Amino acid sequence: MTQQPIIEVRGVTKVYQVGVEIVHALRGVDLTVHAGEMVAIMGSSGSGKSTLMNTLGCLDRPTAGTYHLSGREVSGLDAAELSQIRNEQIGFVFQSFELLPRLTALENVELPLLYARGKGWGWARERRKLAEEALQRVGLGQRMDHRPNQLSGGQKQRVAIARALIAKPRILMADEPTGNLDTVTTEEILKLFEQIHQDGQTVLMVTHENDVAAHCQRVVRLRDGLVLSDLPAEQDPAVGPLVPAIRSAA
Amino acid sequence: MLNPLFYYENVVLALRQIWANKLRSILTALGIIVGVASTTAVIAALTGLKTKVLAEFETFGAARLYVWPSRPEGVPRNLFPWEKIRLKAPEAFALRDQCTSLKGLTPISETSLSVQSEAETLEGVSVSGIWPAWHATENRQVIMGRPFSQLDIDNARQVCLVNDLAVRDLQLPADPVGTHLIIGGRRFLIVGVVETITERMTGFNTISAELFIPHPLMEKFMDRDFFMRFVALANSPAEADDARAEITRVLRKVRGLTPGDPDTFRVQAIDQFIDQFKSIASGITAVAGGIVGISLLVGGIGIMNIMLVSVSERTREIGLRKAVGATPTAILLQFLLEAVTLCLVGGLVGVLIGQGFAFAVSQIPGAKLENASVPAWAVALAFVFSAGVGVVFGMFPAIKASRLDPIEALRHE
Repeated sequence: MTQQPIIEVRGVTKVYQVGVEIVHALRGVDLTVHAGEMVAIMGSSGSGKSTLMNTLGCLDRPTAGTYHLSGREVSGLDAAELSQIRNEQIGFVFQSFELLPRLTALENVELPLLYARGKGWGWARERRKLAEEALQRVGLGQRMDHRPNQLSGGQKQRVAIARALIAKPRILMADEPTGNLDTVTTEEILKLFEQIHQDGQTVLMVTHENDVAAHCQRVVRLRDGLVLSDLPAEQDPAVGPLVPAIRSAA
Repeated sequence: MLNPLFYYENVVLALRQIWANKLRSILTALGIIVGVASTTAVIAALTGLKTKVLAEFETFGAARLYVWPSRPEGVPRNLFPWEKIRLKAPEAFALRDQCTSLKGLTPISETSLSVQSEAETLEGVSVSGIWPAWHATENRQVIMGRPFSQLDIDNARQVCLVNDLAVRDLQLPADPVGTHLIIGGRRFLIVGVVETITERMTGFNTISAELFIPHPLMEKFMDRDFFMRFVALANSPAEADDARAEITRVLRKVRGLTPGDPDTFRVQAIDQFIDQFKSIASGITAVAGGIVGISLLVGGIGIMNIMLVSVSERTREIGLRKAVGATPTAILLQFLLEAVTLCLVGGLVGVLIGQGFAFAVSQIPGAKLENASVPAWAVALAFVFSAGVGVVFGMFPAIKASRLDPIEALRHE
């Protein structure tokens, strides 16, 4: 591909301290993601996948290395600048949904647009319209005024996805998005992700489940803070198309 | 990002937060509510009192002047013996005749004498020597009989006025005009009855029997150097200052004081009393201000405490807001505006309760506070102070919230 990559990470390390212990969470990761890809980041706990996700999501800064997001070096930016990048370029979906309990579904979806820069009084109405569209897109057009405690787990995650998409981010980042859902709902949510991906959205998904990773095109495996393998899904030994057949045979 | 919409929405958000935690919010804002309510009530009562007193001064007192003998300060006593500084009857005549700015002037001397009527003998009854102008300067008219005339004075007639309490205490007939009293061993004809004044904030309240006789007759009952003061009435309140200057000039001339000599008397107009009253009132206002300061401090600590709790409870919310793009400044403003809104709501409740107190106070019969009301500046000040408390005491929790690390915050249980 000649196109400029969305994510270009070179030699990223992350060292932090827990008490007296020094943890090397990332030991030099290289990763390139192009527009329109759907990538699963896999690894056991402690492999550094969450740290990588936080770094790619601009929630955290790498200790060393470079990170170009849409061609811009972001590893040296301050908290306010990173906030703006998260606001405009990244949409997050979390395992535990993270909806604000006092707000309605619609208000939860609107939240990122509250922090959009340079808007006037008319923005409030415009924002509401965008939130309604986003909720309709995830199939919750009928539940806009419900509060999170009136929604099922799957519905909550749909609201969270609508929230992540509302600012039209370059990347949608999902951290174990189905970790709190039953298998039926998991399938529904993963179908939604696939559909979003087919609409042209770049998706990055952290998971430790092969079934979930199977919905992606590409699987990046981490171990001990390093990239272990980076293969198309069909070539990944644990995710590839032959695996279910082997499993059911076993 | 820091557009008006952002502020507006955060205030709405804060109001929802306050509404969702009604009881907690009220308890938190209680310090501010109590402080603002009590202060507005005190200020309202004081404003009512001031209006009342000033109105009273103006209706009858603003044109009044008082003259007292006064020994100059910082000079040897023996240079100014009492004989030289005491006011004397000829000086009263001189002032009355020469001061064009005066409508009337009376000397007043008071003593206590034994008084005997046909039915009763009383010791220690207040007896005052006056001139006819007294009726005008003290604003006391006769309710029966006639007032004193100049002839009573010029001829030193043995006539007297009594107040209605004297009528009662001496067991005089209901209409005592024409009957006689033995005052200090002399026989006086009662010519009139004056009203007893019990409700007056200035001058001397009379709550007992009083007798009034022509001033020249006081000499019969007093020492040679007896004390007298003058009360004068200027032509109008506007001329009170001119009248004071004129009295000073005439009296200095009569006393033969040369330009270098200090005054041996004091002339005071009612506006000086007004100034005194105003300074007392502002003293009380300052004390009330101190009370409000302390209660706002206490209230502010309560606000800080609850805001710290709120930041801690909503750590995940802060983490999420940061993840979706809230800058540290946006988080800071959110919590600061919440603290300020909470304080302003407290201030509003306090002002409303204060208004209630003011109304209640104005309904107390006989308290002279029917004009009690909360002035607009006090309301404005209450809100400014409440907002200030919100900013000062909300700042620390807000800074704490703004500095939270989004990853840590999202992991918070």
